Amino acid sequence: MEILVCVKRVPDTSENEIGVNSAGTDIDRDDLVYSVNEWDNYAVEEAIQIVDRVGGKVTVVAVGDNESEEVLRREMAMGANDGLLLSDDAFVGSDGKGIATILKAAVKKGNYDLVLTGAQADAGAGQVGGMLAAMLDQPYASLVNSIEIINDKTLKVGREIEGGNQEMNEIQMPCVLSIQTGINEPRYVGIRGIRKVASVEIPVLGASDLGISSGSTGSAGAKVKVQDYFVPQLGKGAEMLEGSTEEIIDKLIELLKAKGGLK
Amino acid sequence: MESVLIAPSSFTFLGIPTILFSLVIPIVGVGLFAYIMAKRLAPLVLAAPDERFDNIPVRVINVVKIWLAQWRQPRYMTAGVLHILIFFGFLALGIRSTSLVIIGLKEGFVLPGMDGVIGHIYNILKDYAATWVLIACIIAAVRRGVFRPERYDVPEKYGHDHTGEAVFVLGVISTLMITESLFEASFVAAQFQQHGVQEFLAPGTLVWLLKNILLDTPKETLQTLHIVSYYIHDITFFFFLCFLPMGKHFHVITSLFNVFFMRTKRGNVKPVKYGITDEQLDEVESFGVKKLEDFTWKHILDFYTCADCGRCSDQCPANAVGRPLSPRFISIKGRDKVFKNYPLRGDFLKSEPLIGDIYEEDEIWSCTTCGACEQECPIGIEYIDKIVDLRRGMVDEGMVPQSLQKPLKAIEKRGNPWGKMEKKRSEWTTLNNFSETCTVKVLEEGVTADVLYFVDSISSFDDRMQAIAQATARVLTAADIDFGILGKDEKDSGHEVRRFGEEMLFQNLKSHNTEMIVSSGVRKIVTADPHAFNSLTNDYSGLPPVEHISQVVSKAIKSGKLLLKKIEDASKVYTYHDPCYLGRHNSVYEDPREALDALEGIRRVEMLKSRDRSFCCGGGGLMLFYEPEEEERMAVLRVKMAANAGANVIVTACPFCLVNMEDAIKVAGMEGKMEAIDFVELIDRHIIR
Repeated sequence: MEILVCVKRVPDTSENEIGVNSAGTDIDRDDLVYSVNEWDNYAVEEAIQIVDRVGGKVTVVAVGDNESEEVLRREMAMGANDGLLLSDDAFVGSDGKGIATILKAAVKKGNYDLVLTGAQADAGAGQVGGMLAAMLDQPYASLVNSIEIINDKTLKVGREIEGGNQEMNEIQMPCVLSIQTGINEPRYVGIRGIRKVASVEIPVLGASDLGISSGSTGSAGAKVKVQDYFVPQLGKGAEMLEGSTEEIIDKLIELLKAKGGLK
Repeated sequence: MESVLIAPSSFTFLGIPTILFSLVIPIVGVGLFAYIMAKRLAPLVLAAPDERFDNIPVRVINVVKIWLAQWRQPRYMTAGVLHILIFFGFLALGIRSTSLVIIGLKEGFVLPGMDGVIGHIYNILKDYAATWVLIACIIAAVRRGVFRPERYDVPEKYGHDHTGEAVFVLGVISTLMITESLFEASFVAAQFQQHGVQEFLAPGTLVWLLKNILLDTPKETLQTLHIVSYYIHDITFFFFLCFLPMGKHFHVITSLFNVFFMRTKRGNVKPVKYGITDEQLDEVESFGVKKLEDFTWKHILDFYTCADCGRCSDQCPANAVGRPLSPRFISIKGRDKVFKNYPLRGDFLKSEPLIGDIYEEDEIWSCTTCGACEQECPIGIEYIDKIVDLRRGMVDEGMVPQSLQKPLKAIEKRGNPWGKMEKKRSEWTTLNNFSETCTVKVLEEGVTADVLYFVDSISSFDDRMQAIAQATARVLTAADIDFGILGKDEKDSGHEVRRFGEEMLFQNLKSHNTEMIVSSGVRKIVTADPHAFNSLTNDYSGLPPVEHISQVVSKAIKSGKLLLKKIEDASKVYTYHDPCYLGRHNSVYEDPREALDALEGIRRVEMLKSRDRSFCCGGGGLMLFYEPEEEERMAVLRVKMAANAGANVIVTACPFCLVNMEDAIKVAGMEGKMEAIDFVELIDRHIIR
């Protein structure tokens, strides 16, 4: 089975203190460390496990600048066979639809039975997977938390639905799935693994290689534009507890008890 | 004196001269033994290299002390004394057994030099030896078979009970003792019957007792007993020799070598591969132990040598709290696997991955590397290097629990397991207006100091442990020491990174820290974190000398640089908990105790398990992030031990111990009854400034 997994390089939420920059145009990107988007990492692990079971090949693709190569290498160290970087000045500032357009062009250049994306990434929009499926005119399942191979045309996928319930679907390939965390336990990638793939050539494709017309991607093609970033004002009834961790916990328990949340 | 009974070398049985048996039994026995040993040697030859020919004087001392003098045996008094009796009995009877084999071929054979006074003395000695060995065997058999100490139990998942084998061998040894004595007793009895005089037999010995019983026995019966006992002894002797390499009694042969080759340094971890430098690591095809042959030959020898005595697991804190780890079975399962893959007959089997076969992932992650098992093993079996090597193998295959992946990645990206920003590493120096009362230099941009205080991650970032960093800074200032910290240029020492198998990440941290420390120009390093202390001392190289704060304090008190007040609260009873990486791994036991006792009026008690038998609190570094399966926390057991000792304050000298103890006091519901404090905090409170 030929699987393409779309991955994104994002600021790592567990290793950064995220704040809004003074201009309110973006988060403050000084002193940030980046890694692969967590959902995408689960998607790559799932793809590798599928190929381990039924054979085939896993390709990881990222849209971004040269620094995105780092996350592609990490995923290749995990076990993805090939990497593909989609990079062009014309891609900078793309909205979700723009990213989906670029990815669609990359999918069309290959012969993939299955395309996986993470359920969402740092921006939290969760839109690329669905748009990509629509543009490819392929079936789509979102928030997938289990995949079973029925035959070379059909998959059985589980989806997480409201209230922790589970829904099972049959879906025809080729298709696009967006992967939820918890579908598996991604393997560890050590420094050694990354060094092993450090010199593997990763092809870079630009707008012309992909046949993408100017103006359809990047900030020029973006129909959604970020207007402002800000920290919301404290609303009525919101209260920030202060003090040491211990003190905060004590106050919280007190409050919960007072409001009847704890008996 | 003429012979009164026909000797085995002249006897005939149904017309067959029994000397034939005397010849065939040793030939078959020795031949079979040589064959078995050759098969047993094969895995050692195919195993990974190991360097065990360094430090020869230390190794010789180890053999004399630990093997010959049985140094560690009395740590378990009953079993230890029984073992010492049997061990020395064996040594004494070795000569007798050898001459007995030859006596079957040549009547009255005496080993060269054993025919005079020495021979007489030896005969008395060996008669007593045979007697005490028999008595020890009977007591041991009753102990194993009837009283059944818990230590020898085999949990269901590890297979069948081992009592049968133990008692069987005790029976074999007893048979040797009885037949050896009977052979001689029947002869002396016959001698007495015929001549009215007899050779001197040491009173109270087994042979003396048997002789007295046989005095009135007809000569024909004595003749039969004489011959039969000889051949039972001969057969049993060679059967035993060939049976030794089949199980736990292999240690009778291998322990001498295992002790000679045992660990001579503490606190260190074996290199990924012996003969490969850190710079060549990138070229190594596979890391760690994945299959049997990835173990070094010493580690295979460890498997052979395990006597199944259960002392390691009895001391193991992981085993005590019900984690899925029992060091004893790391060895036993390893040995059984070697025996299975290298059968005495037939082809050697193809090696399969060990994880998922004989070992489980959780089992290998459960170890805190506290070293209690190695400290206890009476024959020098190692566990830490095996555990670390198995972890290296798992890391290489990506088998790392999610709970550990996050902190490892954070260390890779930010140099600390919480992923906090580098620039915040020195934030503790200004926290709560600390800088108003104590100045801490950051050694950058030309700022220099005599001494580097290596803070390490937990004392830099953890809300509670920052108090240890501050106390350390105040104590160093009070002791008039010119010190500074590396600040954002310091990264995690990597102590647990290495011990959790992520060697390449450790190498990165090591080279970074080494470069920073060396370029800071300090002459000495001080740390209050025993894990950092151990890492900088035993994992790093090319650094200035490293001291733990307890050593600095102890010296400063003696030299009069630090003056201490009377103990603040004389009603409290203190107990000192030895951190594994200060005590067991680096033998710093006295300095913290001496410093505490310098507090006038302190009431200090020792816990039953202290010094080299200290009980690990649950481990530090990455172990704080690991979520083990366990019935209870190690530190909960530890605070209960402190309470049993009559203490109500646990003083420790390690930030990780303090985390674990403070949590455990809450978990055990002992708040108000028990408290925990770090050594340096307690000293800091009592300094006369």
